[in-house]
Amino acid sequence: MNLLHRRVRPDAFDYSRRWSLRTVFAFGCVFLYAPIVVLVVFSFNDSRRGGNVIWKGFTTKYYAKAFGNEELMLAFANSLTIALVSTVFAVLLGTLTAVLLWRFRFPFKPLVEGLVALPIVIPEICLGVALAIFFTQLGWMDTGGLPWPLNLSNITIAHITFCFPFAALVIRTRLQSFNLETEEAARDLGAGEWRVFMDVLLPHMRPGLVTAALLSFTLSLDDFVITFFTSGPNTVTFPVKIYSMVRFSVTPEINAASTVLIAITLVLTWLALRYQKTLNT
Amino acid sequence: MADGRQAAAQRPWVFAAFALPSLGWLLAFFLVPLGIIWLYSVGENVSLTRVETTWTLLNYARILEPEILDLALRSIRIAGLATLVCLVIGFPMALVIATASPAAKPWLLLAIMLPFWTNLLIRTYALLNILGTRGRLNEALGWVHGHLHGAFELVGLGQLGLLEERFTPFTFLGTETGVVIGIVYVSLPFAILPLYSVLERMDKSLLEASLDLGAGQLTTFRRVLLPLALPGVVSATIITFIPALGQFLTPDLLGRGQVDMIANVIERQFKGANDWPYGAAISMVLLYATFLLLALRAFGDARRSAARNAR
Repeated sequence: MNLLHRRVRPDAFDYSRRWSLRTVFAFGCVFLYAPIVVLVVFSFNDSRRGGNVIWKGFTTKYYAKAFGNEELMLAFANSLTIALVSTVFAVLLGTLTAVLLWRFRFPFKPLVEGLVALPIVIPEICLGVALAIFFTQLGWMDTGGLPWPLNLSNITIAHITFCFPFAALVIRTRLQSFNLETEEAARDLGAGEWRVFMDVLLPHMRPGLVTAALLSFTLSLDDFVITFFTSGPNTVTFPVKIYSMVRFSVTPEINAASTVLIAITLVLTWLALRYQKTLNT
Repeated sequence: MADGRQAAAQRPWVFAAFALPSLGWLLAFFLVPLGIIWLYSVGENVSLTRVETTWTLLNYARILEPEILDLALRSIRIAGLATLVCLVIGFPMALVIATASPAAKPWLLLAIMLPFWTNLLIRTYALLNILGTRGRLNEALGWVHGHLHGAFELVGLGQLGLLEERFTPFTFLGTETGVVIGIVYVSLPFAILPLYSVLERMDKSLLEASLDLGAGQLTTFRRVLLPLALPGVVSATIITFIPALGQFLTPDLLGRGQVDMIANVIERQFKGANDWPYGAAISMVLLYATFLLLALRAFGDARRSAARNAR
């Protein structure tokens, strides 16, 4: 056989170098990003109506308008407050759940594991409806009369409920890599239950806790459906406010406000990536 | 594996310190609310604000009315179609990421994850701006149409009438197509991640063996790659289909009230019609459907691992 003419078989798993697949990937990315890019670009468009069709020149006045919109800013402050408080609680409860499932053996454990995963898998609308009825029954729904931020307590509870199972999932994955010998060593040296947890287990979990916190914060900031069902007329979050603005009319102000939220998400992602990098080096 | 290395009874106090807050929260703010909608679903409105549990099945019977049944079937159709499109686009995309060079992989993954971290409402609103009759997508399609038309004229195919003289914009808003596009748009990253994780772990030597033994690329794909990726395909299907079935925002904003899905009917019972027991019953049916799908998957997993052990 002529060695020079032997056909070189492409490597079996070299799919990423095939142009057909690369085209699909590029196409998919255009599909995912094009609407967001158009939204951001047209938030700077100097046009009064809708403003997403014809470019009429650069302006930042809709940002000034969005930042000057008191209701929108209140909704924004509400969203950040809810996200911060629910992140703290979600990480706390998530840590307890993760350690519980990782460390202990107890009756009905598979059932409890399934139960913890349930808020992640059931459709959002079901949880929203269930919590809406629950809070109404308790008389905790119409919280408009309570002083800020107590009037956000029911929404915050709802957010903690769907955030902490995600946090538990992330932290439990991190626990899998824990070296049990370090715990034994600590015990041999006389550390009690509390010291072992604080000085040995917690430092190991830290990267998981950071990821869980960022995940919870984003999930809370993002949520529309569950908040929509648990919020009253005086307790509006950012997505709920944007929703009512979209229903009313499409204005460049919405584009500007959305761009601000996208920017926050980007900064959070960047922080997460940087943190991971410092861990690896 | 350190999982569950200590019996709870060995250290009851420590166990309680971990179990009580977490499971207590789940009981109070998850199980009790679910129990209450279950009770509501078999209850009746006795006054404007009070619902009494009368163990009636009337709310469930009303779901079988042709109008609601049609709507449920449409939801399944839309969610199924969106899931299928996600798998068809998502599989090659996941394959590209899984086989990319180690340097490129994190960036490709990030490209998929970023939209996933972006607010769902904002993404749907962004799509709403693109899909209008005079939106960007129609503008782009019109441009392609104009150039194709010109090209056909140039090569003398104009008389065949392959393309109309003028471009008629597509109507996406208020149609099922638009809602399907919207659901694909928001759930594509969900579909890609499980596919990626199974393709990433795949034993590449099996593919090489198949190619060495004379099977073509296509046969290898069909007979080796696809069966190995099956668990990922199943996960991707479930993780896409369940939220798609309960989607509220996409049909609400892109469907313009003309392509309602189950969640929109539920919402109306709570926000407009004030028929909470009925809304609770529809929610319960959606929950039962979710449990059924999860049970089917668990059953499939158990059968697969049993078959593996028997071999």
